[in-house]
Amino acid sequence: MSSEETSNDDAAKAQWQAAYDELAKAGKLRDVPFETMSGVPVDPVYGDAPYPGQYPYTRGVYPTMYRSRLWTMRMFAGFGTAEDTNARFKDILRNGGSGLSTAFDMPTLMGRDSDSPWAKGEVGRCGVAVDTLADMEDLYADIDLGAVSTSMTINGPAAIIMAMYIAVAEANGVARSDLAGTIQSDIFKEYQAQKEYIYPPRPSVRIITDMIRYMNVEMPKWHPISISGYHIREAGSTAAQELAFTLANGFAYVEAAVAAGVDVDDCAKRLSFFFNSHSDFFEEIGKFRAARRIWARWMKERYGAKNERSMLCRFHTQTAGVSLTAQQPEINIARVAIQALAGALGGTQSLHTDSYDEAMALPTEKAARIALRTQQIVAHETGVTNVADPLGGSPYVEWMTDEMERQAEAIFAHLDELGDGSILEGVYAGIENGYFVGEIADAAYRFEREVNDDKRIIVGVNAFTDGDEGQGELLRIGNETEELQLKRLGEVKKRRDDAAVASALAAVTAAAESDANLMPPLLDAVRTYATVEELAMAMESVFGTYVEKAII
Amino acid sequence: MSDKLMPDDTSTDDMTSDGAPVRVVLAKLGLDGHDRGLKVVARILRDAGMEVIYLGLRQTSESIIAATEQEDADVIGVSMHNNGHLTLAPEILSALTAAGLDTPLVVGGIVPTEDLDELYTAGVAGVLGPGASAEEVAESVRLAARGERPAPSVG
Repeated sequence: MSSEETSNDDAAKAQWQAAYDELAKAGKLRDVPFETMSGVPVDPVYGDAPYPGQYPYTRGVYPTMYRSRLWTMRMFAGFGTAEDTNARFKDILRNGGSGLSTAFDMPTLMGRDSDSPWAKGEVGRCGVAVDTLADMEDLYADIDLGAVSTSMTINGPAAIIMAMYIAVAEANGVARSDLAGTIQSDIFKEYQAQKEYIYPPRPSVRIITDMIRYMNVEMPKWHPISISGYHIREAGSTAAQELAFTLANGFAYVEAAVAAGVDVDDCAKRLSFFFNSHSDFFEEIGKFRAARRIWARWMKERYGAKNERSMLCRFHTQTAGVSLTAQQPEINIARVAIQALAGALGGTQSLHTDSYDEAMALPTEKAARIALRTQQIVAHETGVTNVADPLGGSPYVEWMTDEMERQAEAIFAHLDELGDGSILEGVYAGIENGYFVGEIADAAYRFEREVNDDKRIIVGVNAFTDGDEGQGELLRIGNETEELQLKRLGEVKKRRDDAAVASALAAVTAAAESDANLMPPLLDAVRTYATVEELAMAMESVFGTYVEKAII
Repeated sequence: MSDKLMPDDTSTDDMTSDGAPVRVVLAKLGLDGHDRGLKVVARILRDAGMEVIYLGLRQTSESIIAATEQEDADVIGVSMHNNGHLTLAPEILSALTAAGLDTPLVVGGIVPTEDLDELYTAGVAGVLGPGASAEEVAESVRLAARGERPAPSVG
């Protein structure tokens, strides 16, 4: 190091130390000894500047990282009827889960009711069935929505479900301004990977900017979008593609909000991210570190953000469902532990650990508990929470971080060119011309060929296959769920005021036709017990539908 | 909507008894959007010399049957990752019968072993689960095209 670098480093260290001391003095450190199992005291950080909490945040978004607060252990759950899922939520909270995360069934995700012909066979199977406010009331019954933070994984009908959540909370005396949580509402990755869209991209983005504007005023503690690479990776992308597509989508939402008149900081500071943690340990850690650095640089340099919070890439992590094997399912526990550790070493803000039986079905209660226990072991037994960014400064980890960034920048350059200097237009163009789905399908096929040709070993699948005792006990959602849900929906439809529903739906359509914000009429409408599908169709009549071109 | 792909080799292994390449309609049945597996299967079958008519997402019994008739397909492959196979597979089989077709149906996706008997009893010609190799995928379609039932491959 030159003497100038040394003095810069000294100044950075002093600044970091002051920030750390301030938090310590304010009682913001956890009351545990920060020492090894053998009693050796350890420093909060090692290595060189920039330190955690310092631009560009490669080493972490906060100066103290897990010394202040462990990541949120947020277990994704949802199946059957609202009552079934409510019981699972309570089980998660009782067992030390610190946040809720809601999985909806496929009809709900697609804006269809349980009595739609499309819903047949899919009600309550992949998540919880929600048709009306009555289901949301049951889903969060006896849970203090002012005290927990809730994540809801829904995109096409996000604004509708958000309105229902607000209505449930307010009916229970919790003000919308006190609600904390995240709604996924990341529509770009739906066209790119997950395929749960309703409307074409541009009207979908209008709904999202309406939500951002509404929450800026009404819901300061809520994240209006969780920009998600998870599904992109699950669909087959590489780590660098996951990183690049996700951050590019983030840039696109910022550009869309700015174009709708929102200040860059009012938008960017409210965004959060969601990444996959797969099995290639150092590649994943490099990806997480690169994500923070890239987001900070782009927000500051390209978009002129001033607020430090706008530059922080805060993210949720989920272990890679696609890495779980149906063969010898118990060994998935080991995969999940390694992936969870990568998430912690990568500095995640919250974590979902997959259950070992999820290659075949939604998890049993036992499997879900083991998954939660796995991250509790990482958090409380391994000591990795004592030191922020403990791998920072490792030549390999720093190289991998740089390499992830380099590959991502090449993709941003391509999208920037596609969009004539706009990432937003580049993302629209890449959706339109099949760039994203093509890249992802190519990567997925390459991976499958490598496994098939034994160039890549998947334990229990193409090697070490002895000892498979079969699938064990699986959670099965029977047809009775569908029958029960149809009955519940029928009863709600019978007792609601049809005239009030019709006029509320007309108001939603009118808002969709105008520039008015959609959230207030949606909130009015859900309170009449209008269904998810009725509301989705009230907007579809204006926005149209999206049909994907079928390409292999 | 379909994306027809011509075979890239002319291996006779993949031809039907009349000497033409096997023609397969591939579709996602229902609302389920998980299409990674089906796209990989489409490329595997294409590489194995078959003609793939890829219908993509959000197909119904009606749209699949229409494509099967129009394309004169030898086999239908549907993919489900939504645990809806016990409802949706029998439904499309009876729709096929009602349409006077006996095109064999291969089901792929997340199918627990305990469901295999029920699917075969309902008339499904083959089941491909997680971990099926490329060879098993191609073989199951080839056998189905010849009216034979392959061994299930569900891992």
